[in-house]
This record gives sequence, C-alpha cells and structure tokens, in this order.
Amino acid sequence: MSLLDLEQLYLRHGLLEAVRDFTLVVAEGETVALVGANGAGKTTLLRAVAGAHRPSAGRIGFDGADVTRVPAYRRVQMGIALVPEGRRLFPALTVEENLLVAAQRRRPGRWNVDTVIEAFPMLERLRGQRAATLSGGEQQAAAIGRALITNPRLLLLDEVSLGLAPLAVEDVYRSLATVIAEGATVIVVEQDLARAAAVADRVVCMLEGRIVLEGAAGELTREQITEAYFGLRRRGEVEA
Amino acid sequence: MTWVNDVIQGIMLGGFYGMLACGLALMFGLMRIINLAHGDIAVLGAYLIYVVLEHWNTSPFLAILPVLPVMLLLGYLLQRLLLERSLRSGLLVPLLTTFGLSIVIQNLLEQGFSPDVRSLGAQAGSIATSSWQITDQLSIPAIGALTLGVAIVIFGALQLFLSRTQPGRQMRATAQDPDTAELVGINSKAVYARATAIAVAIAAIGGMFLAIRSDFYPYSGPTYLIFAFEAVVIGGLGGSLWATLLGGIVLGVAQTIGGQINPEYPVLAGHIVFLLVLLSPRGGLVNLRRVTA
Amino acid sequence: MSAQPLVAPASAPTTIRRWTRLSGGFTTGFALLVVALIFVPVALGANTVQDLTTLLTYVLMAVMWNALAGYGGLVSIGQQAYIGLGAYATVWLAQHSVNPYFGMLLATAFCGVVAIPLSFLMLRFRGPQFAIGTWVVAEALAIWVSLDNALGAGTGTSLSQLDSYAPTSREHYTYWLTLAFAAFFIGALFMLLRSRLGSSLQAIRDDEDAAASVGVRVVAGKRILFLLAAAGAGAAGAMTLANTLFIEPTSIFSVNYTAFMIFMVLVGGLGTFEGPIIGAIVFYELQNLLGNDGVWYLVVLGGAAIAFALFLPRGIWGTLEERTGLRFMPVGYRLRRGAAAVAAASVDEEP
Repeated sequence: MSLLDLEQLYLRHGLLEAVRDFTLVVAEGETVALVGANGAGKTTLLRAVAGAHRPSAGRIGFDGADVTRVPAYRRVQMGIALVPEGRRLFPALTVEENLLVAAQRRRPGRWNVDTVIEAFPMLERLRGQRAATLSGGEQQAAAIGRALITNPRLLLLDEVSLGLAPLAVEDVYRSLATVIAEGATVIVVEQDLARAAAVADRVVCMLEGRIVLEGAAGELTREQITEAYFGLRRRGEVEA
Repeated sequence: MTWVNDVIQGIMLGGFYGMLACGLALMFGLMRIINLAHGDIAVLGAYLIYVVLEHWNTSPFLAILPVLPVMLLLGYLLQRLLLERSLRSGLLVPLLTTFGLSIVIQNLLEQGFSPDVRSLGAQAGSIATSSWQITDQLSIPAIGALTLGVAIVIFGALQLFLSRTQPGRQMRATAQDPDTAELVGINSKAVYARATAIAVAIAAIGGMFLAIRSDFYPYSGPTYLIFAFEAVVIGGLGGSLWATLLGGIVLGVAQTIGGQINPEYPVLAGHIVFLLVLLSPRGGLVNLRRVTA
Repeated sequence: MSAQPLVAPASAPTTIRRWTRLSGGFTTGFALLVVALIFVPVALGANTVQDLTTLLTYVLMAVMWNALAGYGGLVSIGQQAYIGLGAYATVWLAQHSVNPYFGMLLATAFCGVVAIPLSFLMLRFRGPQFAIGTWVVAEALAIWVSLDNALGAGTGTSLSQLDSYAPTSREHYTYWLTLAFAAFFIGALFMLLRSRLGSSLQAIRDDEDAAASVGVRVVAGKRILFLLAAAGAGAAGAMTLANTLFIEPTSIFSVNYTAFMIFMVLVGGLGTFEGPIIGAIVFYELQNLLGNDGVWYLVVLGGAAIAFALFLPRGIWGTLEERTGLRFMPVGYRLRRGAAAVAAASVDEEP
C-alpha cells in the first residue's frame, strides 16, 4: 500500500530548477534514505512533500489523496511531519512550548508531551529552557520530538546528523530506530552514507535535481552509491 | 513642584499613547507591517461609539461594548481581504495599501459624519473632568489615571494571552518563524487575522479614550499614528510588549515637559525625542524586534 | 585521459546595446516635445498655460517620488517636507530682496542641501522606519514653520513680490521655470540611471545585501537619489507657490501630496521611467473630473492606490512594458545572443 506517491515533480527556486522529473513511491512502513551532495535538491524535495514548497509541475499523492495544492499546516493534520534542516526550533519559546505548539493539531496517537519526553529523556530537565540555549544534539532531539508529537504517518527528517557530535548522532538514530520499529514511514535525508544505508530499506540518490540511483539498501554497493553521489559516471560524459 | 505634576501628567498621557501603540506593535512584531491606517482605525472606533451613543443614551464606557465585536470583525476582514495579499507582494506594498486605506477611511468619515469636531467627554460624565487634589500643585485627573490603568490591564492581558494560551503561543511561534510554524500545523493566515482583529479592537479602546480626553474629527488619525509609532520606536529598547508602554510614557513625559517650556512645543518636543532616539546608536540598531514573551 | 583543456561550447558573439531604434526615436521625440512646450504661452491661452503648469508640477512630483521609491526602494511618506520647504524658502528669500524667480532656484538648491544631513539620519533605515521617519520630519518642519511669525505663522503667507510682474508675464515665467525644472530633473534622473550608478541601483533593488557584497556602494547610491528627490520636491513646492501665490503650513506640508504622488506612481508604474509621467496625466485628468467633489475624489484616489498596489503593482505602463517588451527610454540594457536567449531579471530581451 503506497503512502506517498510523487509523480514527475518539478520544483523551482526562482529561475533555477532544483528538482526535475522526480518520481518516487513510498510504501507504508518503508524507510527511504535520500542521499546526494549539497544542492542536489533533497531539502527542496522534503519541503515540497511537507507543503512548504509549491511544485511547478507534477503531483504529490498522500494516502490516495492529491495533496499537491494542500497547504502545509493541513498536511500536518493529515499526517505528514517534517523535521527541518537546521532544526528550526522556535528560539524564544521553551522546549515545552515548542512541543505544545505543535501538539495543538496533533492526530490521535500515542505521542504527547509526556511520552515525547520519555522517549528523549534529556529533554526532561530542559523543559522550561528557551530553545535557543540548547546544544545541537538537544535541539535535534526536541525538533524530532516536535514532529513526533503530531503523530505523523509519514516522518521526514532533513539532515538530522548535521553539526552534531558523534555521540549525539548515535542517540538520534537510536530513537529513530525505535520509531521505525513501530511501523512509521520515514524518509531520511542523510549526508552520512553509512548511516543512511544502515537505517533504510531503500536508498535513493539525487544529483542536480534528478534521481540517479535507486535500489534496496542491501543490494547497492558503497561504490555504486558513491559514484552516483558524485556523478562520476554520467551518460555521454566525456572524460576530460 | 509643577515639574512633578508634569511628569505625572506625562506618565498618564503615556499610558494613553501606549494603548494606541499596542495594536501597532502587535502587528509589526508579528507581520512586519506598520499599519499606516492605525490612527484612523482608532478614530473610526470613536465614531462608531458616537453612533451607538446617538441611539442609546449612556456612557462611552458602555457604548464601546457593542463596538468591540464590530471592530474585531473589521480587523479580521482587513487582514484576510487586504493585508494578506499585501504580505505576499514584498515590503513596499503593505505600506502603500495601508496608506491608501488611511486616505479612504478619513474621507469616508468626513463624508459620513461631516468635518465637524466632536468630543465624547460630555457623555463620559464626571470622570472626564474630575481629579484628585493631592497637594497644592499636584492633582491627578481621574481620566488620566483610568487611561493608565486600562492601558496596564490591556498590556497585561495581552502578555498573558501570548505566554499562557495556545493561540498566543502560536502567535509567538509564527512571529519567530512563520515558515516552520506552518510545518508544525499552525495556520499562519488565521494567526495573522486573529492578531489584526485584536489590534483593531485595542485601537478602538484607544479611540474611546481619545474621544473622551479631547476632541476628534475625521482627520485626527494620522497625528495619533505618529504618536503610536514614536512610542513603539522609543520603546524599542527592550523589544518586548511592555517596552512599548514604556516608550509611550517617555513620549508622554517629553511632550508634557515640552509643553511646560512653551505651550506651542509639546508635539514638537515629542518629535525631537523620537528623532534623537533614532539618531542614537541603539536607535539605528532598533529593528523593532519581534513580539516575544 | 587526454590533456585537453575544457573549452566552452562555441556560440555567437554577445553584443550589448543601450539604444534601439525605438528608444532612440522616442528620446528624440521627447526632446522635441520639450522644445515645443516652450512655445505654448505664445501659441495658447492663459488657462492652458496655468493648467500645464499644474500638470508639469505633478509630473515633477511623480517622477521624483518614483526615483526614491521605484529606483531606490525607499518609500517616503514625507516628501511634502521639501515641497513645503521649497515654498517657504522662496518666500523667505523674496522677503530678503532676492528676485522671486531666482529665489525659486536657490530654494530648490537649498532643499538639496538640507537633505544632506537628513540623509545621514534617514538612510540608516529601510521600510516602515524610513517611511514614518520621513513623515515625522515633515510634521516637525510644518510645526517649526508655523511658529515663525515672519513667515505668516499658522495663517499662511503669499509671494507678494510677484505682484511686481504683470499677471500674464508672471504666468509665462512661472510656466517656463516649471518646464525647465521638470525637464532638468527628468534629464538628471535619466543620466543618473544610464550611468554606472544606474546599474548599481538596479542591483540594490534586486538584492541589497548581495549588491553590497560585490562592492556596490549601497548607501551612496541611495543618497544621491535622496538628494535629487529632495531638490525636485523643493522645486515642485516653489512652483506650487508661484502658481497658487498663497500657502499655509497645513496645506503645503500636507501628507495629501504623498497620497497624490503614490497614486500617480502606482497607477503609472512604479520603477519604470515613463510610468510616473503617465500617472501624472491620469491624476491631472481625474482631478479635473472629480476635483469639485471634495472628499469622494480622495476616496477614489486612496481606493485606486490600494487596488493598483494589490492587483496591478506594475501600474499601467509597467504592465504594458511587461507584456510587450517595449521600452521607450533606454535606461536598461539589451542583451542579444546568437543562440537562444535566457530571460534574466534586469536584462531586456530583444523583442
């Protein structure tokens, strides 16, 4: 049963085409890793799925419904949650307020302020602290918690390991593993190829807005991914 | 000492200015729009109260009760129909749209009510004229104290709303990061509309006091917009809502003391203080920070 | 792997042109029009002369406001400060035995000079702070002037020194000076936009921070526009005085002038060169049509400003330009490539 259905999506930034002819189907319960160099279009794509970026062409289907024109806040209510690149917590709000403000429109489910803090115990003592004062790892935990609290069916994670100490990254992925084990559908954008391959069922590699490689995580070799990542072998490319 | 008296009068005048500035600061903190029609909206509120009083012989303090929901609705419509579009079109457009709106309101008011100067002081009863005599040189006008009191209540209530309620939290979040706010399920357009509705309603309360304290006519609006804006800028020191009230008080005191020096100077004194604040290093850096808790 | 250097694919050479036949023709036509206008007092009656003086004053105001807002990105709601200042400076100079017409020239320059220190204050801001800041300055000036008894205080004053001229000669001289001012300031703006400053202004308009990062002197560019706009408004003020003979602080410093300027520029086309001129003509006609209806005419003005700002932000001329690619005044660049052209924000395509 496909949960997310992206059909020939085109996304622009002004005059620049950031994503071209992107087609992808994600089944319920699947974890997809989206990899690619900076500027490949991964963030733009996630934002489009979440509703923050309007496609110039193409279709986005969620759980059978066409959501291409549905505004972002309504998609949250339908079950799509994005953990944005750079965390983007509300800086002057406390951790608890950050969670509360997202909890307003949450769907029924097991996540609420208390269960989120249970899942990320480090947040307990930070409840009343302003988000801007938190460390990177703490912010990441809070940001993921803020997305989870909406009880999403589809969780989108944009570069959650960026700027974090290795131990913090460990923590993040451990929590993520729990969420995945519970059957959530996840798309995770990752620069760290090893992690991406470890956590995902499927790997999709983007380059300059297009998909250049796609396959089951177990089947693709490191080499294949690296080559696709850097665009080392392109059709008709002359070696200079 | 008349100076003490002046400072106290100035503080109470400042309460009035703060009240006028409150809605302006709210809209700016949230949307980065300075509503150039804000003063005219306050005057509109005064006229609506006047209309109610024509049909119902009572005090303005009661007449405002039916006016408030009307103003809330007007504010909501203002946002959804006019300002929402302006927001999308860049920084120049909201200025031009609200300026156009200001002209339209003023002239429609003149058309509807004639350019005659009016006042609601009479209908307010004794409270508009009475005062408490503390010493020989020190007296506290009742209306001044009431204005300041109401201003403090309004600011306090708004502060509580922003920090303790869910819609208030949503407003703060949207002010800090409108893009991410949408991503966590907040309908930013609805938040903006709520804020404008509140701002317009508060402006109406300011209009009521405006009409009681002095007279008004269709073109009174811009003067009060300038005072409100000056209050916001002067108060920019803290970046919080209370700073706006403080800015209003500084302005009020400046004007009163200026008036002591020369009865023709009060408004000019206020302008000078405003320009001085702009000139100061902090003035240049005061980018009217967003509304925070 | 061979050691060939990377070569860009061959393409036709790129030429950059500033003039097209159309813009060349039009500019010449414009110059001829100015020359023709000189002869109006000789050829046509007194009413026309006065009407045209009013129209030219509006054109001047509109073009100057557009210089600031359309090309500089600075929305001022306080240009009336200079309108009033130009008028009152003229009165003051005439009171001190300066020939009134010469006084108008001096008053215009004076406005430009006064704008220098003001620019240091105001240009630190953008957006609403700038807008209201300019307005406060205008209000402060109005109060200050109204406190001066020699200048007629609150009741106003007149340029009685003009009485020494016969009415017809006075109207003619006023007209010619207005025409000269309008032509001068339009010409000055034209030269400015064609100069290097013109392209930096375009860059500033597109993205101020990016422009600054490549060395564009943002504040200097804005300052020149600020000073030019101030002087131009001052000239408009002096000419309004010459045309109406009587001024008082509340009207000559009135924010209604800003309402007019916004209307003219929005309707004509913000940020286009020709737009404000068209807008002034529209405004002038509208005033003739509705002027006697008092407040309704201002309501229409305000409503039109809102409607244009929301729905037709590029104004009449701007929209026309966009649709047809026509440019009459060559203030942009035209890029012509051998291969298929790529649309870019600040470069026109050959139609």
